[in-house]
Amino acid sequence: MFAINAEEKMILETVQKIAAREIAPRASELDETAGFPHHAVELFAENGLLAAIVPAEYGGVHLRLLVYAMVLEEIAKVCASSALVLIAQADGTLPLIHGASEELKRKYLERLADSRPCLTAIAATEPSAGSDLLSMKTKAVRKGDKYIVNGQKCFITNGAVADFFVLYAYTDPSNGARGISAFVVEKGFPGLVYGKNENKMGMRGSINSELYFEDLEVPLENLIGAEGQGFKNLMQTLSMSRLFCAAQAVGIAQGAFDHAVHYARERVQFGKPIAALSPIQFMVADMAAGIESTRLLTYQAASLFDVGETKKAGTFAAMAKCAASDTAMRVTTDAVQIMGGYGYMKDYPVERMMRDAKLTQIYTGTNQIMRLVAGRSILDV
Amino acid sequence: MSTIENCSEELLILREAVRKAAKEKIAPLAASIDEQGEFNREVESLCWDLGLLTLVLPPQFGGMERNEGTALCIAVEEIAKVCASSALLLIIQAVGSFPLVHGLSPLLRDKVLGEIGEKRHLVAYLVTEPSGGSDVAGLKTRAVKDGNEYVLTGAKCFATNGGVASLYSVLARTSEQKGARGLSFFLVERDRPGVKIGRTENKLGQRGSNTTEVFLDDVRVPASHLLGEEGRGFYLAMKDFDMSRPAIGAQALGIAQGAFDAMVKYSVERQTFGKFLAEHQMIQSIIADSAMLIEASRGLIYRAAALYDQGKPNTKIASMAKCFASDAAMKITTDAVQVFGGYGYTKDFPVERMFRDAKLTQIFEGANQIQRIIIARQVLKEVGFAV
Repeated sequence: MFAINAEEKMILETVQKIAAREIAPRASELDETAGFPHHAVELFAENGLLAAIVPAEYGGVHLRLLVYAMVLEEIAKVCASSALVLIAQADGTLPLIHGASEELKRKYLERLADSRPCLTAIAATEPSAGSDLLSMKTKAVRKGDKYIVNGQKCFITNGAVADFFVLYAYTDPSNGARGISAFVVEKGFPGLVYGKNENKMGMRGSINSELYFEDLEVPLENLIGAEGQGFKNLMQTLSMSRLFCAAQAVGIAQGAFDHAVHYARERVQFGKPIAALSPIQFMVADMAAGIESTRLLTYQAASLFDVGETKKAGTFAAMAKCAASDTAMRVTTDAVQIMGGYGYMKDYPVERMMRDAKLTQIYTGTNQIMRLVAGRSILDV
Repeated sequence: MSTIENCSEELLILREAVRKAAKEKIAPLAASIDEQGEFNREVESLCWDLGLLTLVLPPQFGGMERNEGTALCIAVEEIAKVCASSALLLIIQAVGSFPLVHGLSPLLRDKVLGEIGEKRHLVAYLVTEPSGGSDVAGLKTRAVKDGNEYVLTGAKCFATNGGVASLYSVLARTSEQKGARGLSFFLVERDRPGVKIGRTENKLGQRGSNTTEVFLDDVRVPASHLLGEEGRGFYLAMKDFDMSRPAIGAQALGIAQGAFDAMVKYSVERQTFGKFLAEHQMIQSIIADSAMLIEASRGLIYRAAALYDQGKPNTKIASMAKCFASDAAMKITTDAVQVFGGYGYTKDFPVERMFRDAKLTQIFEGANQIQRIIIARQVLKEVGFAV
């Protein structure tokens, strides 16, 4: 079940090594200082992970999504922020893979495969358009050989550090979902203004930026696909992106679980390790059941994408995202509980994991939206 | 029974006064108290001025004539709505004072209790040790009698107000053989030679409360500093819980109520898909579940406090109040961040702080796993089954 080949296994082992040796030791400091994991990004670039899902013809590793989910899980076990950087990278890659012309793909996807880090992002969310993306207000108007964009985006992961990003804006505000278009915007395009980066409760080692567009100039050829295809393109990306969030949530939960289990076997209370106490055993059993089942659901969703059953995969990804993030929230909360007063202190990583887990219930579509997506798809309404 | 709906004039006046002070004076400080992670002297002064740090002392020392357990819960709830760290100050003062009120000899009682209010002495409660959290009976700090003195040696941790209190109620072992019966409480002044404050903990939440290690290195106190009789320490600690657990419940309730109020307010302001958030049934479902949990918590907490005030057994209800209200607070604050979405995850809104603060209420004053064991034992005892 969900077998991987020798080459994929090797990639995972490399990721595990990087995670354990390079990323884990710096996770706490990264959180405390709310920095950016440049060290992780360098390693990702060296190992092709910034182009992990880019097709081979553009120089990418072209991992199956199943394997990419496993990669994200391994990194999230030790540092959710570093995993989030990779997720934003995939989010910025997918719109190009799905909708861009051969020319655009050559130009931008090949840059992602470079051994020097090249970061991307996806810019859709606005202050008044979170779950309700059709409420976005950013507009792009064609003027000569350029689009002139005005508006703003917020909470954009990798926003301020991305070398280029995919921007969604209305080209025809009167046409609803069919009036939105997608563009590639490079750092340095005239009219791109960076706002503040958010001060967040968790995943503090990832950057979430405000972006302002003041007569931003985008060359015509940077339109992805045709005008009006942006929303469909965005939905396609989000549908897959939920899978990444699910894998990250499974990783966070597993990381916290491992710490709690280790602690339970070491900590002596009432004359024996707390692992011998049945309330602890029950918690551990529930946590393990939650992690194992949401991992399988996540892998199932990934495998459905890999075999091209896209519609079913979308439903499974929504369910996986919702179930895995709810599980991560519960498992991390219980991991702090098992570790008691110590778990509440910044000397141990579980309190960070609990803060990190909360975001997985919110981003890339809140769990309320996930339930709507899955429910409507199952009920066929 | 004095539930919150039909409580006395006196308690209603207290509630109004605390509510006003919390809203006007403490709420504006809450975010920076959390950000800085430091004990706030301004809030402490305010609490002294309002008489909130002597609530559970006998009336001649600034305490309530009656219903002090309920009064404590009311004050804690009101303050926790805006700042859980500040509410914890009240709880610890009461918890630390309890062994003094019930254990000081008549000789010292008037002086020590009188000075708490006069000299504004904070009192901390030194029970937890690195190797003994939930397992109180397993603690290792020793008090050895030497002539007219006791000599205390040991290490305490997670002591709330450990670094800012003037007086400590310290639980120590006075006898090797007798397990829980070998423990006794002592009054230790912070300025005694041999008292050393260790490091201050860096916590997930309730960051405005001061949590430290306190080391006792051959600290000598007069024999009169023994609180109650030798070997009665565990019993005093358990009685203390009957007062403190409803108060922890009240803190959790206040945190939940604060997050709930913010969530409801946001839901009638924020629009999505052409409607207010509050018009979506999914959000209504979260609001309804949260409201139910809050009202049920409130019922348990004030019932437990009323039983305490009437001198009736309340161990079972007190544990229920603490466990139920803290689990409810964790769920409600998690959901409040959810209703706020991405905004709730940022430090621009208070709900992420409340989420972090809530977690501690499931852990301290007896982890919720311990509370469930206590509740079950009490229930089984009622049917004549001993466990």
